[in-house]
Amino acid sequence: MKDITYSKWQLWSLVILRVAIGWHLLYEGIVKLLNPNWSSLGYLMDSKGLFEGLFHAMAGNAVVLNVMDFINVWGLILIGAGLIVGLFTRVAAISGIILLAFYYLSHPAIIGVSYAMPTEGSYLWVNKNLIELLTLWVVILFPTWKIIGMDRFLFNKK
Amino acid sequence: MSDKEKNTGGSKMNRRDVIKGLATVPVLGAMAYGTWRKTRQDHIRSHKLAKELNMSSENLEYTPYKHDGDTLRIGIIGFGIRGTQLMKAAGFAPPKTVQGWKDDAAKDSNNKRYSDFLEQDDLNIRITGVCDLFDVHAEDGLSAAANIGRESSDGKMGPAAKRYRNYREMLDSDEIDAVIIASPDHWHAQMTIDAAKAGKHVYAEKGFSLTMDETYLIRDAVKSSGIVYQLGHQGRQTESYIKAKEAIDKKLIGKINLIEVCTNRNSPNGAWVYDIHPDANEQTVDWTQFEEPCPVKHPWSPERFFRWRCWWDYGTGLSGDLLTHEFDAINQILGMGIPASASASGGVYFYKDKAKGHYVNEIREVPDVWNAVLEYPDQDFSILYSATLASNQDRGKTIMGHDGSLKLGNSLTIYADRESTRYKEKIESGLIDPELPIYTYIPGRKNVDTVASATEQYFASRGLLYTYRGGRRVDTTHLHIAEWIQSIREGTQPSCNIDQAFEEGVAAAMGIKAHRENRTIFWDKDTEQIV
Repeated sequence: MKDITYSKWQLWSLVILRVAIGWHLLYEGIVKLLNPNWSSLGYLMDSKGLFEGLFHAMAGNAVVLNVMDFINVWGLILIGAGLIVGLFTRVAAISGIILLAFYYLSHPAIIGVSYAMPTEGSYLWVNKNLIELLTLWVVILFPTWKIIGMDRFLFNKK
Repeated sequence: MSDKEKNTGGSKMNRRDVIKGLATVPVLGAMAYGTWRKTRQDHIRSHKLAKELNMSSENLEYTPYKHDGDTLRIGIIGFGIRGTQLMKAAGFAPPKTVQGWKDDAAKDSNNKRYSDFLEQDDLNIRITGVCDLFDVHAEDGLSAAANIGRESSDGKMGPAAKRYRNYREMLDSDEIDAVIIASPDHWHAQMTIDAAKAGKHVYAEKGFSLTMDETYLIRDAVKSSGIVYQLGHQGRQTESYIKAKEAIDKKLIGKINLIEVCTNRNSPNGAWVYDIHPDANEQTVDWTQFEEPCPVKHPWSPERFFRWRCWWDYGTGLSGDLLTHEFDAINQILGMGIPASASASGGVYFYKDKAKGHYVNEIREVPDVWNAVLEYPDQDFSILYSATLASNQDRGKTIMGHDGSLKLGNSLTIYADRESTRYKEKIESGLIDPELPIYTYIPGRKNVDTVASATEQYFASRGLLYTYRGGRRVDTTHLHIAEWIQSIREGTQPSCNIDQAFEEGVAAAMGIKAHRENRTIFWDKDTEQIV
């Protein structure tokens, strides 16, 4: 891959952005892990839009629901930690995009739908899940982990 | 790192490499510290609150009733709307109905009606007799009774039940051990009394009776016969009510002074303006028998036959039909018994228009908007009941006390009052926030603790969570019938026994009398008479 050069400000701003997203995802994962009552059931059942049926079916199947719960908790924790420390960051960011895409598709901010859980802001088509998803894409395009992050050890070995 | 940083991919690892590689790792430490602080704070608050409230932490698990021993033989009297629901809750439905649920489930995997019905516990009973005055309903009842394997169309049927054209013949039969009475209200008293005299156990729908006089007669007949009687208030099986009783007993909301209960419905069906079956006529309906208890007879009226709840000759209006559910829920929690006085008012305010298709010939007599006040001066509180059959505004039940209020639906939420004496110090110290619940009980939640997350509360309040008890969805009517069957087998008293039923019946009769005579009705508890 072609090397990218950053100014000091560019580098640290991108690192902070990466760490902040990681922080958010990691904490979401930890909260779910610590709450014995947490389940993705309510969120899936509250799905609207084009993929509503798919998410309802996931909620309706006990095995799939358990898998979704596991993926959510540990996915969020590993992705979050990966982004923060910069380890396997690329994989973490791509996984994060996939997870966020699921959230966005299950709760799209489309006209004419409302959700059980009220939002703290106002959204049309673009919501915070989508912004976080797009931001992760930017994080992937600017691989700061090769400089600041544990991936530095992996990439610099070859 | 000076002005530019370049990823040069060298092979040597120096101190600078290590620092850059691990630069963001301390963030994890900050996360760990923050999480620990927050969790500890939540835990301390939760623990202190739990200690203060002293509510039991165990969840109510689903424990099936025991139904071993001989198969009980049941007769169903009335296979209309409610009779059909009761039979389903007992495990019997016509094959065509089961087929409909099966087809719905095939089309929509979220439709669990079919699988829920199949999974419902077997009560070890048979329906050996069906009595209905309308041929079509009687035939449906017979096909449900024969469907012992919960089969859909073309399934194998069991032995046929006997159709009785008069319930008295059913009561005379040796083939019947117990009866489920789902007839119109004007028949409840006579049927229950006759069944008790015949030694048949009774599960009867509410309202308990049509008139005040009947309440005494039913109680005497049931008590002297020793049969097992259960009144059809399936709310007795609602978990949150059981938890609410514990909270009240532990004085979590202090001295209770006002209770507000409501009914809200907004459809013709909910307002008892039911469909009139096209096959109903004087040949297919035994109208003379239907009208037997009425002092004044009416000519054949399909409208009165199917929409009997709309006339005082047959029904008990909002008082007997729906106030009773609320009354029984509160009586289950508080055990307040019969009110010292009742006043009521209301009217036919919405379903009054023949032109809008509300009626065929006759406009209803019973109000569609109705309010009642029940007074308990000995216990220092009032119960306010307010109902409309033309608005779906959901108001729930609220028990108000000096130290807090308890809101009750499928879940239970308790708030401290900002002027509470009991919680004064806790509110001042910040441990209790009057804006946030101090206790939340959501049925089926894996753990019971005092503080549920906002997300959980939102989802639960909209029925998106925890519709299952012990991992399975359970119909409270099924539990209520199952409890009755177990009581018959074990010779015990069910939860809504004759004493509870009598209190409900008298309260409802007082409400009706107050409304119809437009005066306050008083109850003398020593003489057990209305004044």
